[in-house]
Amino acid sequence: MTATETATENAETARELTYVGAFNEGIKQLMREDEDIFVAGEDVGIQGGVFGSFSGLADEFGERRAVDTPIAEQAIVGLGIGAAVAGLRPVVDLMFMDFIMVAMDQIANQAAKLKYMFGGKAELPLTITTNGGAGLSAAAQHSQSLEAFLCHVPGLKVVMPSSPHDLKGLLVACVRDNNPTILVKNKAMLGVTGPVPEELYEIPLGVGAKVREGTDVTIVAYSRMVSESMKAAERLADEGINCEIIDPRTVQPLDTDIIVESAKKTNRVVVVHEAVRFGGLGAEIAAQVQEEAFDYLDAPVARVAAPFSPIPFSPGLEGHYVPNAKRIAAGIRETLGRPAPGA
Amino acid sequence: MSILEPSVEVLKDLHHRMLRIRLFEEAAGKLFEGNKMPGFLHLYVGQEAVASGVCVAMREDDQVSSTHRGHGHLVAKGGNLNQMMAELMGKADGYCNGKGGSMHICDLDLNMLGANGIVGGGAPIAVGAGFANKYRGNDTVSVVFFGDGSTNIGAFHEAAAMASALKLPVLFVCENNEYGEYTPRHKVMAITDVVDRAAGYGMPGVIVDGMDAIAVHEAALEGLARARAGEGPSFIEAKTYRYYNHHGVQTLGMKYRTDEEVEEWKKKDCIEGFEKRVTEAGLISADELAAVRAEVQAEVDAAVEFGENSPYPDPSTLLTDVYTEMV
Repeated sequence: MTATETATENAETARELTYVGAFNEGIKQLMREDEDIFVAGEDVGIQGGVFGSFSGLADEFGERRAVDTPIAEQAIVGLGIGAAVAGLRPVVDLMFMDFIMVAMDQIANQAAKLKYMFGGKAELPLTITTNGGAGLSAAAQHSQSLEAFLCHVPGLKVVMPSSPHDLKGLLVACVRDNNPTILVKNKAMLGVTGPVPEELYEIPLGVGAKVREGTDVTIVAYSRMVSESMKAAERLADEGINCEIIDPRTVQPLDTDIIVESAKKTNRVVVVHEAVRFGGLGAEIAAQVQEEAFDYLDAPVARVAAPFSPIPFSPGLEGHYVPNAKRIAAGIRETLGRPAPGA
Repeated sequence: MSILEPSVEVLKDLHHRMLRIRLFEEAAGKLFEGNKMPGFLHLYVGQEAVASGVCVAMREDDQVSSTHRGHGHLVAKGGNLNQMMAELMGKADGYCNGKGGSMHICDLDLNMLGANGIVGGGAPIAVGAGFANKYRGNDTVSVVFFGDGSTNIGAFHEAAAMASALKLPVLFVCENNEYGEYTPRHKVMAITDVVDRAAGYGMPGVIVDGMDAIAVHEAALEGLARARAGEGPSFIEAKTYRYYNHHGVQTLGMKYRTDEEVEEWKKKDCIEGFEKRVTEAGLISADELAAVRAEVQAEVDAAVEFGENSPYPDPSTLLTDVYTEMV
């Protein structure tokens, strides 16, 4: 099932919702459906979350199910682990993705490994929600894209939605999954709108989507970089370059098949992500493409990503840090050996 | 405290659980010495009164989370010695099919949520189990065992802050055995009594003689009752001692503690002291105690045989149970 198919199936009930609104609608519908689901984290109760993700939950479900916690990330994740092992279906929120590092023992040493260490006996239907991404002058400790850290740990599933539609469908899949999942919203997209079906629907984890059909080059992008890649593709279309865009949506597990299939068709791949280039998902995707489709490639797999530095505060610097349509287009021209327009 | 307070059944239960831990651990130590046990071995010998005292006071539905020194907690919760020994030996019939070993041994059916290789790592998880109990509106209590050393780590403090802020049914049981690995507690802790830390979280705290199972049992009953009544978490500091090294089977000749100190603590041995008290009080006969010891020794011997006869896990299981497959 691709995003396009899901959207088509539910087209009748789709309305325009914001990215954060789609999340909010999804979590409310899930909580209405299943009494075992609760949310816990900093400011998620009365305040409804710092970005409004949990707005209205305390009013509708009470503070029993929308739990304000101390600022204690290890204990927030631990609360979710213990409650999940005891049979509940917790959603715990770590306000900013940067804060996962405060809770990393509970995430990587406990949640990720519990099932395996216990010989398969534990079920851990835990969802961790957080907000990643740069572009808001939030500086070095509130802007990072750390998905590569998480993807490196067997036992976790990591989800990076690129649209309101996908955010709701993937949230549903995360919460219903019996494994620890980490759903990373992009905070520069919170107000972005798009069609979202009214009913609950699920986008399966580990299944990517072809979001633009093309012939000349495959762009692999996720989260906010999908919309930047779409802009780049539109510019490049004017130059006679026809880009295909693949959004894996889930980066762990990664839908390698859809990427490789596209690579075999276009013979060129450019991976785009907000995270720093060194050791990022781009490296993994490039390795997998050359393992599976080496003979089909007409150029090395390229990466457009952030430079290897902390994220700067000033808009004057941050604008040069985060990949955008212009840099993505430049990367694609380079891969195709095309000159920049006017060059 | 009067020895007459607990019933004879409770006394027998305490004795039985302490002996099961002691004899299991001694057998595990021998296997380790004989290179029949891979990995790390953190023996619980010396501290048996703590796990036994608390677990006898608990209900079956109450949860436990444990530490790297966790065999005792699983035995005290009613763990199957065959499956335990097989797991410690890395065998297929072990509790975790050979995937967890000593530091991750668990039995979720007994509500024992696992030993834990990370110091302090079990505390937030126990608090989560406590949260689930309160969420469901039952009166089940979650008990977290931890060492003195783990009260220096952030996870402990976050767990304590969470449990007290949300008034969760959790019992914090600190086993103060005076050493964090190979470092004496006084060198790394500016307070004498770990229980002082409970006050900062508004938790009632009590110090008990961790070599006295009856005293531990009584303190645990109070903390459990308080949690069941919805009054929130409590803290017990049990002053105790581990006879063996942090890891392995050496007892004497350490740089970080004196042999004299070890001998002094052994004079307070929880099992010897207990047996002396109950026989002198005429509550359990020496013959009966000896019979129990023989019975437990036979159970442990059978567990060793079971573990030795169990095969190593099939390599085909290497990649199973990383994820739960969705249907």
